[in-house]
Amino acid sequence: MATESAAMFDTDELVLNMGPQHPSTHGVLRLVLRLDGERVKDVDVVMGYVHRGIEKLSENRDWTQIILLTDRMDYVAAATNNLGYCETVEKLMEVEVPRRARYIRTILAELQRIASHCLWLGTHAMDIGAMTVFLYAFRERELILDLFEEYCGARLTYNSMRIGGLPLDLPSGWDAKVRAFCDIMDSKVEEYEELLTNNRIWLQRTRGIGVISGPDATALGLCGPPLRGSGVYRDVRKDEPYAAYDEFEFDVPLGTRGDTYDRYLIRLEEFRQSIRIIRQAVDGLPEGPIMGKVPRLLKPKAGETYHAIESPKGELGYFIASDGRSTNPYRFRVRPPSFCNLQGLRPLVIGHLVADVVALIGTLDVVLGEVDR
Amino acid sequence: MVDDQAPGDDKAAKPADGGAPASPEVTPAASPTPAVAKPAAAAAGTKPKPKPKPKAPPEAPKGPTDPPPPDDLERPAYLVALQEALPDAVQAISYWVGDWTVIVPATALLDVARFLRDDDVASFDYCSDVTASDWPPREQRFDVIYCLYSIRRRHRIRIKVRAGETEPVPSVTDVWPAANWLEREMWDMFGVNLTGHPDLRRILMPDNWQGFPQRKDYPLEGPGEFLLESPMEWLRLRNMVDETEME
Amino acid sequence: MIDTVFWPLVKIVVLLNAVMVSVTFMTLLERKVIAWAQSRLGPMRVGPYGVLQAIADPIKLILKEDITPAKADKVMFTLAPIMSLVPAFVVFAVIPFGADPFYYVADINVGLLFIVSVTSIGVYGIILAGWASNSKYPLLASLRASAQLISYEIAVTMTLVSLILTAGTLSMVGIVEAQQEAGVWFGFIQPVAFVLVLIGGLAETNRAPFDMPEAEQELTGGFHTEYSGMRFALFFLAEYANMIVISAVIVVLFWGGWLRPFPSVDALAVLDYIPQWCWFFFKMFMVLYLFIWIRATLPRYRYDQLMRIGWKVLIPIAIANVVITAVVKVLL
Repeated sequence: MATESAAMFDTDELVLNMGPQHPSTHGVLRLVLRLDGERVKDVDVVMGYVHRGIEKLSENRDWTQIILLTDRMDYVAAATNNLGYCETVEKLMEVEVPRRARYIRTILAELQRIASHCLWLGTHAMDIGAMTVFLYAFRERELILDLFEEYCGARLTYNSMRIGGLPLDLPSGWDAKVRAFCDIMDSKVEEYEELLTNNRIWLQRTRGIGVISGPDATALGLCGPPLRGSGVYRDVRKDEPYAAYDEFEFDVPLGTRGDTYDRYLIRLEEFRQSIRIIRQAVDGLPEGPIMGKVPRLLKPKAGETYHAIESPKGELGYFIASDGRSTNPYRFRVRPPSFCNLQGLRPLVIGHLVADVVALIGTLDVVLGEVDR
Repeated sequence: MVDDQAPGDDKAAKPADGGAPASPEVTPAASPTPAVAKPAAAAAGTKPKPKPKPKAPPEAPKGPTDPPPPDDLERPAYLVALQEALPDAVQAISYWVGDWTVIVPATALLDVARFLRDDDVASFDYCSDVTASDWPPREQRFDVIYCLYSIRRRHRIRIKVRAGETEPVPSVTDVWPAANWLEREMWDMFGVNLTGHPDLRRILMPDNWQGFPQRKDYPLEGPGEFLLESPMEWLRLRNMVDETEME
Repeated sequence: MIDTVFWPLVKIVVLLNAVMVSVTFMTLLERKVIAWAQSRLGPMRVGPYGVLQAIADPIKLILKEDITPAKADKVMFTLAPIMSLVPAFVVFAVIPFGADPFYYVADINVGLLFIVSVTSIGVYGIILAGWASNSKYPLLASLRASAQLISYEIAVTMTLVSLILTAGTLSMVGIVEAQQEAGVWFGFIQPVAFVLVLIGGLAETNRAPFDMPEAEQELTGGFHTEYSGMRFALFFLAEYANMIVISAVIVVLFWGGWLRPFPSVDALAVLDYIPQWCWFFFKMFMVLYLFIWIRATLPRYRYDQLMRIGWKVLIPIAIANVVITAVVKVLL
C-alpha cells in the first residue's frame, strides 16, 4: 500500500545547496543536502574553498616563519595554534622552556579559549535565532582582544610565541587587567546562562538534537567538547599535560546525553574552568627568563614527532619531520580538530530538519580556515 | 638552502634539474615514476661536467632516520603484546623524543590495526591522525603514518607503513571510521594508492585537480592559472622551453 | 456626496500615508530598541540619534536596482509583494483610533471578521513569492509560511470567537464600547485569549520566535531571497504594517482601544483630558515594543515544533476557552 502511494505521488527529493555563501556555514563550507520535505536524508560536505596549502608552504619556510602561518589556520584561536607548533618543535629539539614562559603561555592559551568559545557561543546562538547573545559574547571577546593587543600588538593573528619561549614579557599591569577581566567574565557567563540555559525554546532546539554516543564519537574521531559532550573523558590538558597545565587544578566537564545541549553546557563550563586556570596562573606567575636556550639557527636533529594540545576546538596535533640538514621542516602536518569534528556532521545531521543543520554546524564549532588550511 | 645552489646548477646541468627549486631531484615531469629514475639522473647530471662545482647541492634525504630505541629502555606493554601476537608484522620499532613508532608492511596493516584496537592492553580506540610523508629517492617513497591514541589507557603509538607509488595500502576506515576523511586528505595530497576506501574523492583540492600537491616533486612555482589547472602539463612545457633556450 | 465619498477618501489618503511613515519609523524603532537591548547604539549617523535613518532606508531601497531573476515567473513575481502589502493596508479601514467617527474610515458591523479574512489573503503574497522566485530557499520558506499561517489562523480565529461572545458584537467600535459598558478591559476578563492572540499574532506576522519563513540563518532570507530594491521593500512594509495591524487589533480587543485606564472610575476623569487617540497610540506602542523585545530575547522555534504548538497546544486551549466563555456567559 505504501509503495503504491509512493508510486502514485511523485516524491522527488530536493537537492539543496547550502553554501559556500550561506550565513550559517561559518565561512565557506558547502553542504549538499538531499531533502525529503525538510528532513535531511543525506549530506555531502564539500570544502577546500580556503585551502591555502599551509602544510606545503610551511615545508618551504624556516622554523620561525611557520609560527606566523599557524596563526592563519584557526584564526579565532591563533595563540593556541602558535603554542601547539612551538611545543612540537621544542619536543623535537628537546628544548627546555622556562617556567615563567610556560605560565604565560598557559594564560594566553586559556584567554584564547575563552575568546574562541565567545565566538562560538555568539554564532551558535545566532544560528538558532537568539541574536542578543551574539553581541554580548562579542562584547567580552573584545576585552580579550584588547588584552592580546596590549601583550603583542595584534588583535587576531598574534604570532605571540617563539620556539623556546616567548618573544615578549608581560607589560606592567597586565596581570591586574587579566584579573579584572576574570571577574567581569564570571558575571557575564551567568548572563549568558540566564538568557539560554533554561530558555524553553533553547531547550527544545538543542535537547536531543544531534545525539551521538561516546563509542561512536570516539570511533568517528571527534575531539574536544563534542567528544566530551558524549561523556568521554578526553582532554589533552589532563591526559598529556603540556605548558603548565599539570600545575593547575581544573575540572573537565563531561556530558551525559551527547546532544547539542550538553555540548553547549560543556563549553559554558569551560569558560569557568578557563577563568579558574587563568586565576591560578596569574597568582602563581613565577619570575625568571621567558626564553630557553635555543640556538640562533634552528636545525632540529633528523627525526619525527607528533604532539597534540587541547585547542578550543579539540585535539590540535602537529606531526613534524625534520631531515636534520635544512632549516625548514621536511614534513609539516597539522591534525586539525575542526576537520575531524566536521567529519561527524554527516551522522549527526541525517534524519534532522534543515533548521537543525545550522544548529549542528554551530555545535561542532568548526573554523573553515583550519578545516581547509 | 637548496635554492642558493640551484640556479647555478640548473644552467649547466641537464634540463632535468630545472624543476622546483626546493626539489632538485625532480625528473622530467611527465615521467610517472620519478622515484626510480631519480638517482640515476642526478648521478648522470653531475658526473660529466668539467667544471668542478663549489659545493654539491644537498641531496634529498633518503628517508626518515627511524632510530631504534635505546637498549636500556623498557618497551611498553602494548608493543610487547603486539610483537607476541603478530611477530611477522613488526618490521621495526623506532623511538624518538618519547614517541614510539612501529613500522609494519602494508600487507599486515589491517591485522596490526585490528589487534591494536581490540587488544585489551593496547586498546587504541582513537585514531588521531592519518598522514603521509614523501621521500622521493627511496624505492618505497611514501611513509603512511597513523597516529593512534588510547582514550582508555592514555598512551600513544604511531604505525608507519612504507609504500611505493603504486603499492596498495589498505584503508583503515573499517577499523577507525575517523580515518575516512583523513585518508581522503592523504590521498588528495600524496596520491598513495589506497584500496578499500569507501569514498575516495578529492577533499581539499578541486575535483578535477591534476597531480598531488604535497609530493616533493610537485612544482612550487608557475604562471598562475595554467599551473593551477594542469601543473604537470606546465612542468613539461617549462622543461621544453629550458631545452630550446639551451640550444 | 461629500460625507460618503470625499471625507472617506481624504481619511484613506491620510491614513495610508500615516501608516507608511509609521512603518518606516517602526523599522528605526526596532533597530534602536534591539540595539539598546544588545548594549550598542544602533543607527547614529543619519540625523540626530539616527532618526533620519527611517528616511534614508526607503530612499536607498527605491534607488536600488530592481532585479527579476531570469527564471522567475515575471507576473507572479511582481504581483507577490503587492499581494502581501495591500491586505495589510486595507485592514486599517476598520480600526477605530477614537470614539468619534472622525477617527475611523468605516465601522462595519462585521469588522473583526473583515480583519480576519483580509489578513489571510496576505499569505498568498508569501506563497506566490516563494513559488514565483523559482528558487529552492524561497520555495521551502513559502511552504513553511503557508503551513504556519493556516494553522495559527485557526487558533487565532477560535480565540476571537470567545471574545465575540464576551463583547456580543463583531464591530470594532462596538467591542470598545462594550468594554466601556463593562467598565473593564477585556484583557482582564480574557487573559488566556490575550496570550493566545499575542502568540498567534507573532506567528502570523512571521515575527521572532516564529520567523521561520524568513529565517536568515537557515533559509538565507526565506521567501524574499530573490527580491531586491523596492519590491523587497514592499515585503518589509507589509511585515511591519501587519505588525501594526496586529497590535492595533490587540489594543482594540483587549486593552480598551481608545479608553483611558479604569474607564468606569470617575475619580480618574482627569485622564480624559489626554486625547483618545493618544491613549490608543500609546497602547499600540507598548504592544509593538513587546514584539520587538521578544525578538531581541528569544531564539527561534523549529518549524515542526511551531506546528506542534499550534495544533496541540494553542487550538485546544482556544476551543476550551470558547466553551468556558460560552458556559459562563449562559450562567450569568
